[in-house]
Amino acid sequence: MATRIVILGGGTGGTLAANRLRRVYTRSEAEITVVDQDDRHVYQPGLLFVPFGLTHPEDIVRSRERQLHRGISYELSAIDHVDIAADRVRLASGRELEYDVLVVATGAVVQPDQTDGMTGPGWMEKVFTFYTPEGAGALEGALATFDGGKMVVNVVDLPIKCPVAPLEFCFLADWYFHERGIRDKVQISYVTPLDAAFTKPVSARRLGGMLEARDVELVTEFNTGEVDGENGRLVSFDGREIPFDLAVVIPLHGGASYVGRSPGLGDELNFVPADEHTLQSKAKENIFVIGDASSLAASKAGSVTHFEGEILVENVQHFLDGEPLSASFDGHANCFIEAGFGKALLIDFDYDTEPLPGHYPGTVGMPLLEESHLNHLGKLMFQWFYWHVLLPGRDIPGVSSKMPLAGKRAVPGRPEEGRTEEATDAEP
Amino acid sequence: MPSRSYAGVDVEVGEDGFFVHPEQWTEEMAPVIAKESGVDDLTPRHWQVVNFMRAQYMAKGDSPSVRLLGKASGVPVKELYELFPKGPAKLAAKIAGIPKPRSCI
Repeated sequence: MATRIVILGGGTGGTLAANRLRRVYTRSEAEITVVDQDDRHVYQPGLLFVPFGLTHPEDIVRSRERQLHRGISYELSAIDHVDIAADRVRLASGRELEYDVLVVATGAVVQPDQTDGMTGPGWMEKVFTFYTPEGAGALEGALATFDGGKMVVNVVDLPIKCPVAPLEFCFLADWYFHERGIRDKVQISYVTPLDAAFTKPVSARRLGGMLEARDVELVTEFNTGEVDGENGRLVSFDGREIPFDLAVVIPLHGGASYVGRSPGLGDELNFVPADEHTLQSKAKENIFVIGDASSLAASKAGSVTHFEGEILVENVQHFLDGEPLSASFDGHANCFIEAGFGKALLIDFDYDTEPLPGHYPGTVGMPLLEESHLNHLGKLMFQWFYWHVLLPGRDIPGVSSKMPLAGKRAVPGRPEEGRTEEATDAEP
Repeated sequence: MPSRSYAGVDVEVGEDGFFVHPEQWTEEMAPVIAKESGVDDLTPRHWQVVNFMRAQYMAKGDSPSVRLLGKASGVPVKELYELFPKGPAKLAAKIAGIPKPRSCI
């Protein structure tokens, strides 16, 4: 009988895992089923560009099913719960799927209703998020008619998807209001619960400097307790207030709700704990986790998911063959950071090594932690790679799942910053 | 590594005052660390959080975040900020003798 592999979620992780598994197992060896509640696969990095009119929601959404290779079944249904003991998934449609291996790839969801006031008066009028296609589209309209005043960009709490996106939003907003000729009439504030612009010291200084150079005010250690759209103010848990005319808020994130209905699968935030190197869940040995759905201390970002894909498929094979799970993920992440005015930075890091200056992937390559036009082109080109290379489960030439050290340099006089165990001083 | 003396015992702490070895902590040390950090009186509500922090750390090997405390400790986030001003997770972790919470990236 064929091995039954069920993959929950048809986004970045579920799709690339399914396609990679399909390539290593024939149809008589394994049945592969992907489950998702809708057929809208969003190219999430594109959401950042929607509010500035640089792309449109319909241009970044495709069919989930059509990204899957032939021979992969697609089940369109919400998930009711996973019965871990019985190795069975119950779908909202009433159908039950039994599995030998389960891959959890249901990502993270934004939860604006978890912060007092956020979805109250002013929501989608003065208070927006660009983390959903609907929110990003509505924000485009609001920015187009904004003719001056104070805009706040607020991260409520970590973890969030793509932790640099809120900073990129500030850089692009600076460019956007310059283009419209009203930059001098707009005050921009970046409000974060961290104690600096970003988590790791070298990049936090670099990115903090970029905010300063663009005249974006940085407000740190602000733990948002309430978003008061009616009166236009953010209120922190310790009673500080920040007024705004327009708020762009990155809401709290959590795992998918079925995780909470599946006893033993997830943590309090519905993320699924897994071994940070093997990607095997802590819940049961035949459950693996990929991408934003996990509670790993890796970035919730497509690049991480991409690098995890290779490791996950190798370890699923080892598991089914009764071998030790020898493939090991190192936390490798890299991302382009859009800087505005046609430039971007590139950062590259893993669990132990923070983003460092130099070049990627080797001594000759794209500049790291430096603004350049080349990186901006890289960012634009990436959408093509996403649909045609990353989702089909191919490797990008020269880009390995292991983080490269060649081409990087430690920061002079700060040897302690090369490898850090402590991510940050900030309140998580 | 710097060390401090609490309740007559020398303990090893990191640069920012967090315990390096959580097993060196005893209940008698908590009020002393609290006072140092500006919390003069450890009430039963404080203890509820401190005990929860230690239990979580022992079970999972990770210090919980404010959000997790708000969801699972039985003390709502707003009250956590009243009990442990500025940074509840950091401050409660220090008083509970466990490492500083890691922040996600």
